[in-house]
Amino acid sequence: MLTVYPILEKNDLASKVYRYVIAAPDIVKKAKAGQFVILRLHEGGERIPITLADWDMQRGTVTLYVQAIGKTTTMMSMLKVGDFLTDVVGPFGLPSHVEKGKTFVAVGGGFGIAAIHPIVRANKLVGNKTISIIGARSKEMIIMEDEMRAISDEVRIATDDGSYGTKGFVTTILKSMLEHKEPVDVVLAIGPVIMMKAVSDLTKQYGVKTLVSLNPIMMDGTGMCGACRVIVGDTMQFACVDGPEFDGHAVDFNLLMARQKMYSPQEKISMEIFEKTCRTQEHRETAAW
Amino acid sequence: MNETTQPTIKKISNKERMKIPRHAMPEQEPLVRAKNFFEVPLGYTADMAMEEADRCLQCKDPKCIQGCPVNVKIPQFIFHVAMGNFELAANTLKETNALPAVCGRVCPQEEQCETVCVIGGKVEPVAIGRLERFVADWERASRKVSLPAIPRSSGKKIAVIGAGPAGLTCAGDLAKLGHSVTVFEALHKAGGVLVYGIPEFRLPKQIVEAEVQYLEKLGVKIQCNFVVGMTRTVDELMTEDGYDAVFIGTGAGLPYFMGLPGENLNGVYSANEFLTRMNLMKGFEFPNNADTPVPMAKHVAVIGGGNTAMDAARTALRLQWTEKVYIVYRRSLVEMPARKEEIHHGEQEGIEFLLLTNPTRFLGENGWLTGMECQKMELGEPDASGRRKPVPINGSEFVLTVESAIVATGNGSNPLINKTTPGLTANKYGNIIADESGKTSREGMWAGGDIVIGAATVIKAMGAGKKAAAAIHEYVTAKKK
Ligand SMILES: Cc1cc2nc3c(=O)[nH]c(=O)nc-3n(C[C@H](O)[C@H](O)[C@H](O)COP(=O)(O)OP(=O)(O)OC[C@H]3O[C@@H](n4cnc5c(N)ncnc54)[C@H](O)[C@@H]3O)c2cc1C
Ligand SMILES: Cc1cc2nc3c(=O)[nH]c(=O)nc-3n(C[C@H](O)[C@H](O)[C@H](O)COP(=O)(O)OP(=O)(O)OC[C@H]3O[C@@H](n4cnc5c(N)ncnc54)[C@H](O)[C@@H]3O)c2cc1C
Ligand code: SF4
Ligand code: SF4
Ligand code: FES
Repeated sequence: MLTVYPILEKNDLASKVYRYVIAAPDIVKKAKAGQFVILRLHEGGERIPITLADWDMQRGTVTLYVQAIGKTTTMMSMLKVGDFLTDVVGPFGLPSHVEKGKTFVAVGGGFGIAAIHPIVRANKLVGNKTISIIGARSKEMIIMEDEMRAISDEVRIATDDGSYGTKGFVTTILKSMLEHKEPVDVVLAIGPVIMMKAVSDLTKQYGVKTLVSLNPIMMDGTGMCGACRVIVGDTMQFACVDGPEFDGHAVDFNLLMARQKMYSPQEKISMEIFEKTCRTQEHRETAAW
Repeated sequence: MNETTQPTIKKISNKERMKIPRHAMPEQEPLVRAKNFFEVPLGYTADMAMEEADRCLQCKDPKCIQGCPVNVKIPQFIFHVAMGNFELAANTLKETNALPAVCGRVCPQEEQCETVCVIGGKVEPVAIGRLERFVADWERASRKVSLPAIPRSSGKKIAVIGAGPAGLTCAGDLAKLGHSVTVFEALHKAGGVLVYGIPEFRLPKQIVEAEVQYLEKLGVKIQCNFVVGMTRTVDELMTEDGYDAVFIGTGAGLPYFMGLPGENLNGVYSANEFLTRMNLMKGFEFPNNADTPVPMAKHVAVIGGGNTAMDAARTALRLQWTEKVYIVYRRSLVEMPARKEEIHHGEQEGIEFLLLTNPTRFLGENGWLTGMECQKMELGEPDASGRRKPVPINGSEFVLTVESAIVATGNGSNPLINKTTPGLTANKYGNIIADESGKTSREGMWAGGDIVIGAATVIKAMGAGKKAAAAIHEYVTAKKK
């Protein structure tokens, strides 16, 4: 049984997105598409949830894609191969609901591309037709294109600036598919809340079943704290144990967006202090030379 | 010592003995401690402890022992204290109580051992809990922690799920009997409510850590970051990983919300979330030594009247930016389930108690809590619990200005194990059904603590862990490989 979790591979992809391969043999045995882990970098560190983008049974490793946006994820971006994470625990959440005999369209934005990856693969494995729509601001920020091509019958790409694929958003592509009556049975959307909301609003008009994977602030991941509560339909659900996947047409996205801002002022303070100390450290390192 | 004869400690009569006043507990000054996280009671000195021990009559029929859920040999350990034999006192305590430093601090002694102390009827009872704490602290400080002789390995493997007081006690007892024990804990630290719920100023975490280290010295393996039901199911532990028996001590970790309008506004927390952020994640050291943020509210309301509510209120008060903390409780002070000592400490520190008051909705602006509408209550007829039922007074609504509200109205049981263990029966509240010894509906599986009896006490959880350990020992010993 491992008590530390070494980083075996790390790649700097795009727009502050990093890929990590981490040894976590206990987790790999049970990993399923749609689940996530919670990790902590060091004593005193925060517990942050990250989706399982991939895993390797033989090597006992999990693959994570992490976007550096605040203190913890930025600190993580500074770790190197051979460094250890203090804690990695999981898998958490219910596995994605996979139905056979469907045309499955997955929409991913930002780290959401990594999150749709195992779910698209699971759909491919049961014989579903899989179409992946991935989007980013511009060409350099598209991640996992090859991996997605390997498991999708079709990959469609949208960039905001039109530097690659269709100019526009992922919803631009989805909308045109729905308008042209292309067969679509199930849509899955994972990414920024605003994107999941836009996708859900769109598919609702066409009556197409839509799944979203919610990313509220979490702590324990076991249903003990209620920090991750979301409203779906009329009921309160804990995203860590009842989700993270829910019916996109029933989710209260506005509440989710508001709750994600719960600690914005504190997160800002944390980041400022961190940047200051980082800079002095860099300064010290260069001074030493 | 021959325990059948009544030992004489100091040659004085019982009458004189009863004239010795109960020794007060030295404490940090209320207004000083209200802004720090150090422990509130400072503990007896050796002299104070010996003086207090002199008050015990060494009864032939010591009622106090029956008042203790694990039947600590109270007169015996107190005798050793009075004689200054603290090491013997510690050994006596540990025969029945695996966590004396914890129990001496958090047991509701006034409802257990001390309430039945014979002298209690006439004068104040012997301060059993404070003496217990003294002995355990002395042992830790003097590093005289002695390890019991461990029998040869039995070759049996036992899995304990949950590192709370129930699981830790069960693990310790089984290890002492020579079994190979692994404790699986979902969080990154062992201790259960002792580390995530009960605050530092009431139970320093270093004490819990020392107790966990003691278990490790006994040979217990503690595997944190392991969620049974997710990382592995109970059945997989037994059929694939070769565990001969399992003890489930997963506690009452499911927060109840009140179903009131506005309870998902930013600023409304479950007590579990707030306390976990503060204790387990050390949020009170944010942003310097801890990365987990905590609410920055000037005015805080805590809803509820139990230990959890008192802990949340006193913790919130200690944050430097908090100016005012209210306890909002729908019954009166007499009905409050929290320990009297905690209520008293809270009052001293400046917490305002709004009794016979119930929240009706949370008010907010732009998604953030700005206030809580409350209603005054009056006491009516006794309800099923025998307590007088609070009934709302019409038209008594008022608004309390708060930026943070902490809901501490109780915990249910976490369904994760039940959902992932077929055939394990639970009642309608999700509590696992177990007999006196903790035996469940599934062969080889025992359960105890809050997961069986609902949110209760540390010592009851320990008692359950102990009974189950004895039954598990019998079971695995009889079982053929
Ligand atoms: C189920 C789930 C799966 C996720 N999968 C991924 C993933 O695969 N890759 C990825 O890059 N990100 C993922 N996230 C988001 C990731 O957890 C946050 O980006 C991270 O916690 C930010 O931490 P920080 O300290 O760097 O930033 P901060 O500055 O602390 O926070 C930035 C924003 O991140 C969110 N956040 C902060 N703390 C938490 C927390 N404890 N839990 C959840 N959200 C938080 C908040 O909305 C906050 O405003 C996932 C979130 C959830 C809930
Ligand atoms: C804030 C607060 C204050 C309290 N104050 C007092 C007091 O002053 N005096 C007193 O006597 N009692 C007090 N209590 C009650 C007391 O703490 C509990 O009754 C006691 O801790 C129960 O012990 P337990 O071992 O059953 O469970 P817990 O202490 O809850 O421990 C259960 C452990 O199991 C782990 N777990 C859960 N599910 C899984 C899983 N699937 N896999 C692996 N691990 C899992 C949890 O993470 C946890 O660590 C208080 C409770 C709270 C919440
Ligand atoms: S364990 Fe608790 S109830 Fe038992 S003697 Fe000690 S303080 Fe009293
Ligand atoms: S009942 Fe009181 S006086 Fe008698 S032995 Fe117990 S603690 Fe001492
Ligand atoms: S993260 Fe605590 S209940 Fe979901």
